[in-house]
Amino acid sequence: MKRLWITLTWLVFSILILIPLVVLATGAFGEGTSGFIKALARPEALHALKMTGLIVLVVTLLNGLFGIMMGIYLVRATWLSRRLRQLFNSIVDLPYAVSPVIGGLMIVLLLGPDTIVGAFFEQIGFKVVYAFPGMVIATLFVTFPLMVREVMPVLQELGTDQEQAASTLGAYSWRTFWQVTWPSIRWAVIYGTILTVARSLGEFGAVLVVSGNIINKTQTATTLVYQDMENFNVTAANGVALVLAVFSIGLLLLMERAKKRKEVH
Amino acid sequence: MHIEVRNLDKHFGQFHAVKDVSFSIEKGHLIGLLGPSGGGKTSILRMLAGLETPDSGDIVFHGQRVNNLPPQEREIGFVFQNYALFKHMTVFENIAFGLKVKKLKKPAIRERVQELVELTGLSGFENRYPHQLSGGQRQRVAFARALAPEPQLLLLDEPFAAIDAKIRQELRTWLRELIERVGITSIFVTHDQDEAIEVADEIMIINGGRVEQKGTPWDIYKQPSTPFVASFIGESTIIEDVNRLKGFENSSQASRALIRPEYIEIGHAGEFRLLSATEKGTVRHLHFRGSQWMVEVEVGASRLITYRSLEKETLEVGQEVHVLVHRAYLFNEEESWIAENALKADNVSMFI
Repeated sequence: MKRLWITLTWLVFSILILIPLVVLATGAFGEGTSGFIKALARPEALHALKMTGLIVLVVTLLNGLFGIMMGIYLVRATWLSRRLRQLFNSIVDLPYAVSPVIGGLMIVLLLGPDTIVGAFFEQIGFKVVYAFPGMVIATLFVTFPLMVREVMPVLQELGTDQEQAASTLGAYSWRTFWQVTWPSIRWAVIYGTILTVARSLGEFGAVLVVSGNIINKTQTATTLVYQDMENFNVTAANGVALVLAVFSIGLLLLMERAKKRKEVH
Repeated sequence: MHIEVRNLDKHFGQFHAVKDVSFSIEKGHLIGLLGPSGGGKTSILRMLAGLETPDSGDIVFHGQRVNNLPPQEREIGFVFQNYALFKHMTVFENIAFGLKVKKLKKPAIRERVQELVELTGLSGFENRYPHQLSGGQRQRVAFARALAPEPQLLLLDEPFAAIDAKIRQELRTWLRELIERVGITSIFVTHDQDEAIEVADEIMIINGGRVEQKGTPWDIYKQPSTPFVASFIGESTIIEDVNRLKGFENSSQASRALIRPEYIEIGHAGEFRLLSATEKGTVRHLHFRGSQWMVEVEVGASRLITYRSLEKETLEVGQEVHVLVHRAYLFNEEESWIAENALKADNVSMFI
């Protein structure tokens, strides 16, 4: 019986994860190494990867900053009423519940060129939707809970005693944050960052809606894979997908290592 | 540092935590804020530190109003109930924190930390992290850290609450000596009367957000100014109709009386010089208390508690004994006073 379950588990694991990965890898090298390199060296592929890289960078920075701040406010802001904080707290989880496509649609409806806000920005020469800013906002929407949810429990457990102790010893908030709070939440922020990078690397739905998927302009790696698939360019699709998969796996391995190091202290 | 507090008031939402509290503390004194939990002691301490803002009232250090000074500028040391040590810093780094904030030179920091490590008996533990220390050691680190920047006022919130009973005794004596040696004005909060009596120069009894009484431990014991203080300090029994007790017949306007075990003497007829002032009672319970007997004796309708030396003849349950009540603390709704046994006094005058 036990043996049967073990076999079944391995079977499911292989069908879901291992076999697709192998197929992806062999597919990418289906026309040899040269085919793989050719797929990646296409100008639209290079542009799409660059786009994804930029989005990951900007989103991770913004999400790090605002995620930590949001976490601190949700845990510490006693000047907000409890009910209001509970409301914010549940809103933070909204992107988990809402499909990314709908998230993207909301942004288009709110900031698209036909709306008041969108038209205003367009007039001052700042295109939001179907451009880089919109894509960043869409990815931020999807990744926002990741950092907040990592940081909040740690802050809750930490309490404010150590910070108050620092203040009675003469330290003001900047020093207190970096020398007292930061060392305690550092690992939570690192996990949050890794999750954010992985998620924004693979984000598809929200970005597809917001970007309009314009080749060599607003196309990201994932939407390029989608387009290659549509055009039956399977080798190229596999090639780009493999690059994304390798990055993601690398990140998760990094996270495992980070966890081990944390245990050592 | 001389401390003056005037009409301090603080609400937490609907809860009136501190009500019109005023007091002053002389330089170099060690004060204990004593009272039941939730009485406002910690709130007062935290307002002195600047960690809470009073709704109204003044806090004056050295003649200067400090209400608007943040905790960083008040030159205080604060020892938290759970120590609040920086858990990712070593003992050395913890103690050095306040000195680094003051931007002292490295050799000066090293010297001062070394001095404090020796003073608090933590030599050899400088490179340990808080989680590698025992409760008592953590307390010492918290103490050293608070003292390092040479504060003018040391505030301690239930400093021994988290330490087991045996070491607590040791630490109390140690703390008292250390504070004396450093000569710093200190205020500590406690709900343990033994601790307050043993450690403090002066005690403030805080209850329901008010200062009930302020004075030396001896004064408070001898002359409690409110029924609350009388019942909170020491042991006591409350008697409903005191005028039925011999020697207190004239105290009719008092509704109730509080009698401490040490005000009562019990024994056989032969053990009393003034038998006329005694009352007859029956022993109801005997409890062995290590160094003496605790006796519950029934006199009329009331039960009194007292102690009896092990050197005297052992009493038995149900035995008839004589009971002499030396004095009682009487109170009614408006006032309270101490009454001596009237018959005892009369007899004394007759002898003369």
